[in-house]
Amino acid sequence: MLYWDYAAAAPPYDEVMQTMEQIMKLHYANPSSLHRAGTEAGKLISRAREVCAGVLSVRPEEIFFTSGATECNNLAIKGAALQYAGRGRHIITTELEHPSVYESCLQLQKMGWEITFIPPDHTGIIDPSLLAAALRRDTVLVSVMHVNNEIGTVQPLQEIGRIIKEINPRTLFHVDGVQGIGTFVSSLQEWGADLYSLSPHKIRGPRGVGILYVRQGITLFPLLTGGSHEGGVRAGTENVAAIVASAKALRMTNERREEYVARILPLRNHLLQFLRTVPELTVNSSDNGAPHIVHFSYPGMKGEVMARKLEELGMVVSTRSACSSKHSEPSRVLLAMGKDTATAEGGIRISFGDVHTLKDVEALEQAILRAIKDLKPAEGGRKQ
Amino acid sequence: MMKPMESAAFAAAGNSADNADLLLLRFGEFMLKGKNRARFEKRILRHVKEMLIPYPKVQLTKDFGRIYVELNGEPAKELLGALKNVFGIASISPVKVAKSELEDILAVSAHFLAIIAPAPGTTFKVNVRRVWKDFPHGSLEMNKLVSTPLLQGYSGLIVDVNTPQLELRVEIRQAQTYIFCENISAVGGFPLGTNGKAMLLLSGGIDSPVAGWSSMRRGLEVECIHFYSYPYTSELARQKVIDLTRVLSQYAGVIKLHLVPFTEVQTSFTGIGQDNLIITLMRRAMLRIATSLAEKEEALALVTGESLGQVASQTLPSMNVIGRATLLPLLRPLVMMDKSDIVELSKKIGTYDLSILPYEDCCTLFVPKSPSTNPNLRIIDKIEATLPNYSSLLSAAVALTETLEITPYGNERPESEAGSEERMKEEWF
Repeated sequence: MLYWDYAAAAPPYDEVMQTMEQIMKLHYANPSSLHRAGTEAGKLISRAREVCAGVLSVRPEEIFFTSGATECNNLAIKGAALQYAGRGRHIITTELEHPSVYESCLQLQKMGWEITFIPPDHTGIIDPSLLAAALRRDTVLVSVMHVNNEIGTVQPLQEIGRIIKEINPRTLFHVDGVQGIGTFVSSLQEWGADLYSLSPHKIRGPRGVGILYVRQGITLFPLLTGGSHEGGVRAGTENVAAIVASAKALRMTNERREEYVARILPLRNHLLQFLRTVPELTVNSSDNGAPHIVHFSYPGMKGEVMARKLEELGMVVSTRSACSSKHSEPSRVLLAMGKDTATAEGGIRISFGDVHTLKDVEALEQAILRAIKDLKPAEGGRKQ
Repeated sequence: MMKPMESAAFAAAGNSADNADLLLLRFGEFMLKGKNRARFEKRILRHVKEMLIPYPKVQLTKDFGRIYVELNGEPAKELLGALKNVFGIASISPVKVAKSELEDILAVSAHFLAIIAPAPGTTFKVNVRRVWKDFPHGSLEMNKLVSTPLLQGYSGLIVDVNTPQLELRVEIRQAQTYIFCENISAVGGFPLGTNGKAMLLLSGGIDSPVAGWSSMRRGLEVECIHFYSYPYTSELARQKVIDLTRVLSQYAGVIKLHLVPFTEVQTSFTGIGQDNLIITLMRRAMLRIATSLAEKEEALALVTGESLGQVASQTLPSMNVIGRATLLPLLRPLVMMDKSDIVELSKKIGTYDLSILPYEDCCTLFVPKSPSTNPNLRIIDKIEATLPNYSSLLSAAVALTETLEITPYGNERPESEAGSEERMKEEWF
């Protein structure tokens, strides 16, 4: 069985698990407690904050720990919207976003905020000039993801950030960085990002921690209250072991990034080239997309059917973002790119990880051919 | 750890640092000090070298009243931020370097102006100094030669030779020519430690770190003394003082911190039925202990963060009674400053955010409802004379004092906390 779903969840580093185990044994005290054991647990969190800040070249005070990237995105968007409602009630985001961003915006829409959803072009890229046209005096926040979780396109964040600050310097810029951090440098300064969300478990860290960068000077309206944890922005007893292990995973991933990208990029290109030779398939990812994500469709065959067939053949793949793959509607992201319903329903996402070799990729390619051969008779069957 | 000079928010450089090849550091007022100048310059050079340890490509050259810092690709703005805080440096100019040939000087000047990108309407002047007299064109002639093409290229510039907003200065030396326009003021003062050593009473509040920084700027080497009253004060309070000292050490390289256990002394004052005098007695005890430590460390003064009238112990009558507890000069750099100015300064130095952390220090404990603002020296003397074991309590506190050497990037901690290294392993991160 080969696992091709690193973009949904990656197996933790051994070192991460060791850190978790040791800290859970030694430092079970509550960091908010007055006694020394509590203080020590608190120091672990401070140190973890420093490590994360170091990787992102920001200040430790600008790092906040939450329960996951979904909470980070919720907090960044709703927290900023509620805090700065006095500046206006307009938010801009894109049709490519992860559900945690997209649905946070929909929720605000129900509460009376005006949301502009920018559509991508047919390759899945946001045209900065569309964003420029949508920006207004009362635009409180723009949220654009770094790397799309479904098809791996990379957004021109530097250009977008520049335009935002040029047109309305008071508009905050949130970047969902979850799928970018493992394979790209996070240039928060160059992007002009004010808020930035990360998910350690996508980069071989533990589940249950999200990392949110909040530029100094920005206040977020807390979504969770009940204590002065995380500077009062996020109440809840800190998950000490997982926070420290997350810092470790972030650091390790950052240190290995270049080597990792150099290794998997040829694998991805091999797969892309292969997929383009298969007449039944449409490739939705592009060559200048992220090195760890390949997305293709088998129009006329539901993605979940293809995924189950591939699993039967020993290949674990995903249909799209794990947070939405249990819905059987066509992919919102693919539809936004102008794909037809058949293509949008037939999507398969392959995402790479540390372990994969060329041999694995070749095996995957053979499995895809085999699956198509087996499924061919049922092709288009859903239309009847 | 915080990066040193980031926290010290003496930041914000002009555009001319963007592409600088070199930083020109000018010395401050100590240049007037005849015989001592060589010693001062040596000290300042050592301090500059310490600040530049993280930037190995940099090369230093000392000249009369100046230091040249060749960047060789190191980031100008970062260095500028760090060097602005070196005591004794009065100003810094980011410099573009040209060959000492007319053509190159003109080309680099044009490039330099393009980086600065002056807004239309900026008043402007070129000021050439020909230090190398063999250069074929004189200073006045060069002024014209340099300014003419610049003015043609930037039609928005207006010549003003008296009070220009932008003065492009060109210094022609034999080896190379320096082109610069900004004169960024630095912290000034005297090179660190050139005026001797003093002991700073560091409480953890806003004032005392500022008093320490002010003393260091005046050329004093400072050692910090902190009084703690465990279990009445928490370890967090003591850690806060360690962290504060660490911020100060960013300006000094290394600072000694003496942690004095004060519980016994402090509690001995509580049973005497003179609650309104407790603060006075405490402050005097602190000065006595600090004086003993000063003798040990060969320091010649005590420094406090007192500001006249701020609290009961800082009224003139209180200062009079308290100050008599030591024969050493008692320096109070902030004595005539307004609180808001002190706060401003502590933000600049980078100690403010730590200072306002809400951990009680030993002075805020046992504080009576109405501490005396006008203590009577005779009564105080009498109480101290009749306190059982008073002097042995003081000498015990001195003997049990623990000394740490705090460095900007260190992780020094008191012995009582030793072993916590094992409980916090760097390999976890």
